[in-house]
Amino acid sequence: MKLFPIRGGIHPDYRKEQTSEKAIVALPLPDLLYIPLQQHIGAPAEALVGEGDLVKKGQLIARSQGGISAPQHAPTSGRIQAVADIPAPHPSGLPQPTIILEPDGKDEWTDLPEPIADPLNADPQLIRERVAQSGIVGMGGAAFPSAVKLDLGTRYNLEILLLNGAECEPYLTCDDRVMREHADEVVDGARIMAHALGVKRVVIAIEDNKPQALAAMTGAASTFAGIEVVGVPVQYPMGSERHLVQAITGRETPAKKLTADIGVVVHNVATARAVHHAVRFGRPLVARVVTLSGGALREPNNIEAPIGARVADLVAFCGGFVSVPASLVNGGPMMGQPLPGLDVPVVKGMSGILALTASEINEQPVSPCIRCGTCVTICPCGLVPVEMAAFIRKDNFEVAAQLGVMDCVSCGSCSWICPSHIPLVHYFNYAKGMLNALDRERRKNERVKTLAEAHTARMEKLEIAAAAKRAAVAARKANLAAATTEEKTNA
Amino acid sequence: MSIASINRSGPFTHAASSVQKTMLTVLLALLPATAFNAYLFGWPGILLFAVTVGSCVAVEAGCLALAGQPMKAALSDYSAVLTGWLLAMSLPPWAPWWTGVLGAVFAIALAKHTFGGIGQNMFNPAMVARVALLVSFPVVMTAWVMPHPLFSAGAPGFSDAIAITFGGNLPDSVSAASALGYVKTELSRGIPVTQSMAHVPDLMDMALGTRAGSLGETSAVLILAGGLFLMARRIISWHIPVGVMGALFLMGTVFHAVDPARYTDGMFHLMSGATFLGAFFICTDYVTSPVSKPGQLVFGIGCGMLTWVIRTYAGYPEGMAFAVLLMNSLTPIIDQYTRPRAFGRSRKGEPLPLEGKP
Repeated sequence: MKLFPIRGGIHPDYRKEQTSEKAIVALPLPDLLYIPLQQHIGAPAEALVGEGDLVKKGQLIARSQGGISAPQHAPTSGRIQAVADIPAPHPSGLPQPTIILEPDGKDEWTDLPEPIADPLNADPQLIRERVAQSGIVGMGGAAFPSAVKLDLGTRYNLEILLLNGAECEPYLTCDDRVMREHADEVVDGARIMAHALGVKRVVIAIEDNKPQALAAMTGAASTFAGIEVVGVPVQYPMGSERHLVQAITGRETPAKKLTADIGVVVHNVATARAVHHAVRFGRPLVARVVTLSGGALREPNNIEAPIGARVADLVAFCGGFVSVPASLVNGGPMMGQPLPGLDVPVVKGMSGILALTASEINEQPVSPCIRCGTCVTICPCGLVPVEMAAFIRKDNFEVAAQLGVMDCVSCGSCSWICPSHIPLVHYFNYAKGMLNALDRERRKNERVKTLAEAHTARMEKLEIAAAAKRAAVAARKANLAAATTEEKTNA
Repeated sequence: MSIASINRSGPFTHAASSVQKTMLTVLLALLPATAFNAYLFGWPGILLFAVTVGSCVAVEAGCLALAGQPMKAALSDYSAVLTGWLLAMSLPPWAPWWTGVLGAVFAIALAKHTFGGIGQNMFNPAMVARVALLVSFPVVMTAWVMPHPLFSAGAPGFSDAIAITFGGNLPDSVSAASALGYVKTELSRGIPVTQSMAHVPDLMDMALGTRAGSLGETSAVLILAGGLFLMARRIISWHIPVGVMGALFLMGTVFHAVDPARYTDGMFHLMSGATFLGAFFICTDYVTSPVSKPGQLVFGIGCGMLTWVIRTYAGYPEGMAFAVLLMNSLTPIIDQYTRPRAFGRSRKGEPLPLEGKP
């Protein structure tokens, strides 16, 4: 298959060998599970259980609210201990409503919905409903409700379902292992998703540094028509949605548009597997594979953990730390977020937990920019990081916006390569936050202005009406007076 | 909750690159040409080199102290060493010590630190110093010598060298004209290029470097080797060197074809003066050249064309330093007009149109 080049990019040290040969192992049930109501983009779910309730594995414990949301299910059977505010796996570490479940150790399934018979000929709406009911969200990290993305076929003219198995982030091997160990499930999920989207063509893209996954997936897909498994060059950020679409189709997604606008929908391979489980067995998303890696960890591993297991439980399963990690990361080292601590739970979008040593991070003191231009050469979005950063340093967000800071995907390539060790992507994230805040402020002001203007207009109208009324009254009085005078005169 | 440092943003992995490594790689690339020319011009050249580099580091330290900036981190980036090294390479080999000291003040204090230190200067510090010296002391700055290889007959010994460099006793007998200067002088006397070219070193000597010229510029082959090494290490790309040399060669060739008596040929332009040193090591200075590849190509072509214009029409035989400074002043505007196209947008910054898609 002909591939197309993508701009820029970097070749970081991948360090996947720490876990790439570790088969997925299931985490023994922890003492407590913490299931946040918000694990996805959109509105948080609404808790349906309370303290003391007994639940079975797979039972709905929080229902989705609104169009973009996802429900939560009990990851195992047990008793609800509380619904309380618990620190979230977010850099802020702020507490958020969380269902605390005490497993009973039986791991008993509830009465699951019936499998959809012959899903490849079923009504697509049925599949989308099942995916929505099963709480499936994008498992590559974005955690966008998958059912919403499976609905795109009704509004866009779609041609290709692109399954993202690039896994271009260093360290992470969870998608690699899923593809190697569960290729049939992934391919089946992809076929079901393609049917739901109404597309005939499925492309599964895997970076060339995963030859076993490529072989396994090619084997699993070989019996079906319309599925291609493609090896893509090892080039970070190949797994970025828009860049992968460009590499596979040569089409460039216009700014402010979706890949669906150019006929492509991208889903992660682990999401496809979750769809397979939901459709074929009626099982909701209650567990996921997480890569635990990093030099500070005693035994890096790929762990299938129930949603809600604490990070501390997974770390303990890996034998704990050999040294104090310099950073704990949620996700990959390039785009991952710092974890606020070990007491936060595993959520649906968590692909990796990294305990990194200072030498792995190799963070150096910042020195002045020497304008080497490497950031310009490697920026996959065609931006000029050096120039944007100079304006952001002076809090000149308007010029930074003109230079395209909102087009930045925060892939981190510029920060990675900068010889002066300037935290460029940190600047851009800061600018994006400030620009969003300014935008909100501007909208609010506009709204206030509109309301004030409407108020003034209303007042004026009332004033005019009152004046007219006064004039009418005065006129009538005058008429009356005139008539009286006339009468008197006549009399 | 306290084991990890909180709020440190990603990425959580970094390339093993640094400003110091970049500078050291450039110094390493300069080493062969420098060593060869140290051999070629002997002890006076070596003394001048040491004085110039030493002065640059001393002036850098002084400026940092004045500005109250941390000394160790700034000095260990080797940028002052590189500036001094390039300045020394552009001085006449047997020039007196004070050219190096004064040059260091021009380069580091005036051209670099008054603008705010590393990364902030508009103009290439070494070239500012060279040009300031050239216009202030034209005689001293054009006193070229023929090669006097170390330990050869007639080469100055160490004590002779001290007399030359620190005593200002430049023996009259050794002076020589650079090829560019010779052709220009002859032309001004009415002797056409076609005749004067018979008296300049042949191309092989010019390529190898056994000719009169600045302390570090004579060996095209060794400078080319250093430049290719920098390209292989991805410190520089082909855009600036190809732009400079391509433009210079093209201008030379075209005009020589039109009037061979008036204009020297493209090959002569390439091999003489500071063409190679300029193309690979001076014009490629990060701080003062554009950041995007297309911008660098434009910048290089501009440097090459201006060099040819100055060499051909101006009062000075060599124009590389002037050309670099003139193009430095255009760098911000080149940067502005050569920004890459952003993903999903047209050159004008508008979102791309949807091609025939609903």
